[in-house]
Amino acid sequence: MDILVWLIPLALFLGGLGLWGFLWAMRSGQYEDLDGAAARILFDDDDVRKDRR
Amino acid sequence: MSVLGRPAPQAAPQSYAACAHCGAPSTSRFCCTGCEGAHHLVQGLGLDAFYRKREAADGNLKPVEAPNLDFAAHAVAQKDGTRRLELVVSGLTCGACIWLVEQALAAEPDVRRARANLSTRRLVIGWDGPAERANDFAALIARLGFRMAPFSPACLRATEDAEGRELARALGIAAFGAMNVMLVSVPVWVGMELGEQSRHLMHWLAALIGMPTVLIAGMPLYRGAWRGLQAGRLNMDSAVSLGVIATTLMSLSETFRNGEYTWFDGATALLALMLAGRLLDRAARRRARQSVAELLALQEGQVQVLGAPAPIPVERVAVGARILVASGERLRLDARLDDAEALLDTASTTGESLPRRFARGEKLAAGGVNMGAPFTATVTATATDGSLAAMGRFLERAEQARGRFPALADRAARIYIPVAHVVAVLTFLGWWLLVGAPWQAALVPAVAALIITCPCGLAIAVPAVQVVTSGALFRRGVLVASSTGIERLASADHVVLDKTGTLTEGRPRLLPGAWTDADLRAAASLARRSRHPLAQALVRACPDAPAAEGVEELPGQGLRQGETRLGSARFCGLGEDRTGMGLHLARPGQAPVAFRFADALRPDAAAAIAAFRRAGLSVELLSGDAPEVVARVAAEAGIETHRGNASPEAKAARIAELAAAGRRVLMVGDGVNDAAALASAHVSAAPAEGMDVAQAASDFVLQGGGLLPLAEAISRARLAQRVAAQNIGFAFLYNIVAVPVAILGFATPLIAALVMASSSLLVIGNALRLQREMR
Repeated sequence: MDILVWLIPLALFLGGLGLWGFLWAMRSGQYEDLDGAAARILFDDDDVRKDRR
Repeated sequence: MSVLGRPAPQAAPQSYAACAHCGAPSTSRFCCTGCEGAHHLVQGLGLDAFYRKREAADGNLKPVEAPNLDFAAHAVAQKDGTRRLELVVSGLTCGACIWLVEQALAAEPDVRRARANLSTRRLVIGWDGPAERANDFAALIARLGFRMAPFSPACLRATEDAEGRELARALGIAAFGAMNVMLVSVPVWVGMELGEQSRHLMHWLAALIGMPTVLIAGMPLYRGAWRGLQAGRLNMDSAVSLGVIATTLMSLSETFRNGEYTWFDGATALLALMLAGRLLDRAARRRARQSVAELLALQEGQVQVLGAPAPIPVERVAVGARILVASGERLRLDARLDDAEALLDTASTTGESLPRRFARGEKLAAGGVNMGAPFTATVTATATDGSLAAMGRFLERAEQARGRFPALADRAARIYIPVAHVVAVLTFLGWWLLVGAPWQAALVPAVAALIITCPCGLAIAVPAVQVVTSGALFRRGVLVASSTGIERLASADHVVLDKTGTLTEGRPRLLPGAWTDADLRAAASLARRSRHPLAQALVRACPDAPAAEGVEELPGQGLRQGETRLGSARFCGLGEDRTGMGLHLARPGQAPVAFRFADALRPDAAAAIAAFRRAGLSVELLSGDAPEVVARVAAEAGIETHRGNASPEAKAARIAELAAAGRRVLMVGDGVNDAAALASAHVSAAPAEGMDVAQAASDFVLQGGGLLPLAEAISRARLAQRVAAQNIGFAFLYNIVAVPVAILGFATPLIAALVMASSSLLVIGNALRLQREMR
C-alpha cells in the first residue's frame, strides 16, 4: 500500500487542477455568453476587422 | 464564407414575397424605405453575407427612428483614454446578428473594440475620440434595424446574475469534492484487502476533502434554509441542509471511531445534485427574465425639461417643472396641461381606442402618448409619487401575495419533510433504546434513513420539468416570467381578455369603402404629416404615397393643405359624424370622400378563443372602451360574455368577484388600466408591445402579441404538471422501498449512492420525454 503515498496526492493534485481551471474559466467570463460562443465558432472571417483598418 | 445554420429559402427574384432586409411580408423588394436604406448600408459595408448567415428573418429588423436619447452621456471614459458605451440591443437573435453589428462597428476607423453578447443582448463599444461619437454608433445600429437602450441598472439586476454565478461555483466545488471522495470511498466499499489502518487513512482522507466541500459548496442551501427558518417555514433547503449536515457529523464520528463506513460521498454527491437542480431552475427563467428586462429598458426614458440643456432622467424631475412633450412621445409623469389643447392616445391608461383631446389646465395621467403637436405641461407629481409609481407599489403588494402560492414541490415537501424527520428520530431511538446499540452506532441507520429520504427526486424533478417547458414556450414566443407561472396557468379555468391591444391589434385598419385609389393616394400623402392613429392607418394602406408639402395640422381636428382638408366631419364642413372611427377628405371642386376604420382583431384571435374553449376555459371580454365597440368586437371574436366602460377599479373588482366565486382567472391585458387586474388575477399575461407596468405585473409576456401560443401553452402547462406529479410519485416510490432497508440498518453508502443516482436519472429522463411531446 506504499504506492498510496504517491497516488493519493497525485489524484488530489489532478482533481484540484481541474477545479482551478473551472474557477479560472468562470472568473474570466467564459460562461457569460454561451449562445454567442456557439455561433462565433462558425465565423471564418474574423480578420475582416484588420483588413478594414 | 460559411453559412450559419440552415440557409434561408431564397425568394424568387421577381415575385417578392418578403422584404429583402427584414423579411416581413412585402409586395416589393423592400417593405419600407428604412429597410431599403439598411440593405444598402449593409451592402456598402460589404457585409451582405449577413443575409445568408442569419437563421430567421421574422420582420423584426425594421429600422425605426433612432431613439431620442443622448448616448454620449452614457459613454464612460476609460483609464487608457478610450471611451466605452454599454447598450442593450433588441433584435440580436442569432449569430449572424452579432456578426453584423460587430463588423459594422469595426468598419468605423476609431472603434477599438465592439463585442456583442448574444445571451444577455449586451453590446460593448470602445473607441478613441470624443463622447459624441456614441450617438453616431447608436444611429448606425438603429439604421441596421436594431433597437437599443443604454444599459441601465434595471437590466443589470436581471442580467448580472451574481446568484447564478455563485451557484455555478458551488456546483463546481461540490462536484470536485464528490468525485474525489468517491475515489477514496470505492476501496472501502469494495473491501479490498484494506487493513484497519488503511481504512482509517481512507476515512480521514474522505473527511479532509468532504468537510471543506460541505462547508463551502453548501452555503447557498444553508442560506435558503436559514431564510426559511426565519419565516417559520420548513422548506426544501432546510431538509437538504439538515440531511447533509447530519450525514457529515455522523461520518466524522465514524471517522474518529474508525467505523465500517463513512458517508462523506453521499453528503457531497447530494449537494452536487441539489445545486445542479437549483442551477437548472434558474436557467429555465433566465432567458425570459432577460427578454423582459430588455423590453423594459427600451421603454425607460428621459424627459425634456424647459430650461435644461439636455433631457434628464424621469426620476430626477421635480414637481412644478415644466416639461416639453414631443409628438409621438409618451408622457412619463403626471402633469397639468399648460398649452391650449393637446391630443393624447390614452389607450394604455383607459383603454379607449381613439385619442382624446385635453384642454388647458386638465390633468394628464402618465402613460398617454402625444398624438398631436408638441405641448408643454407642469409636472404635478414626481416619478416616485405619481400614478405609475402608485401602480408599481400596488403591484409589488399583489406580487408578494402571489409569491406565497406554494409551488408543487414545496407542497409535497411540506408533507414529506416532517415524516422523514420523524422516521429518522424513531430509527435512532429504536436502535439506541430498544436494540441497545451504542449511540454512535444507532446514529448510522438514522442518518442513512435521513439521507435516503432526502428529497432529491423532488428537488431535481420539478426544475427539470420547468426547464423543458419554459424552453418550449420560449420558442413559441411565450416568456415565462414567474417561477410558479406554469403551475398556475395549468389550473386556470376562466380567461378575461382586454380588448385594445390584446384581442385587437390596438391600431385602426382602413375598411373598404366608396373611394378610389386616387382618393386614397391623395389622403395618404396628407396623412404622412400626422401621427394620429387614423392618419397612420391611411399611410399603412397606401405606403408609397409621397409626403405632401405645406401641410398644417390642427390637433384633434385634422390636416389642412391650402383648400384641401383631411380630418373629422366637422373640420371638413360636413356636419357631425356619430360613427367615430372615420376620416373625411374634402377637396375643392370634388365630392367629399369618407374613410372608415376599425380596430382589427389580431389574426389569431378567433383561433385563440376556440383554443381557450377547447382547454375548458370560459372566455370573457372586459374593456375600458365604449360598450357598442366592445359588443361588436366580442361578436366578431365569438365571445358571449363582454363588458365595456370598465374602469381599472372595475376590472380589478371583476377579477376579485370571479376569484370569490372560486374561479381561477387567467387575465390577459396590455395597459396601465389592466395592471391592477393582472396583478390580482390567479395568473396573467401581457403582450410584449404593452406598457412596462403591465408586463411587470404578469407571469407571462407574449412576444408578437400572440394569443394563440398562450392558449396552446395551457395544455403544455397541464402536461408539464402531470409529468412533475409523476416525478414526485417516483421519488415517493423509491423511498417506500429504500427507507425500510435503511431503518433495518442494511443500507450502506453504496446503496444510498445507487438509490440517489438512479432516482435522479429516472426523473430527469421522464422530464426530457416532455421535450418530444411539446414539439
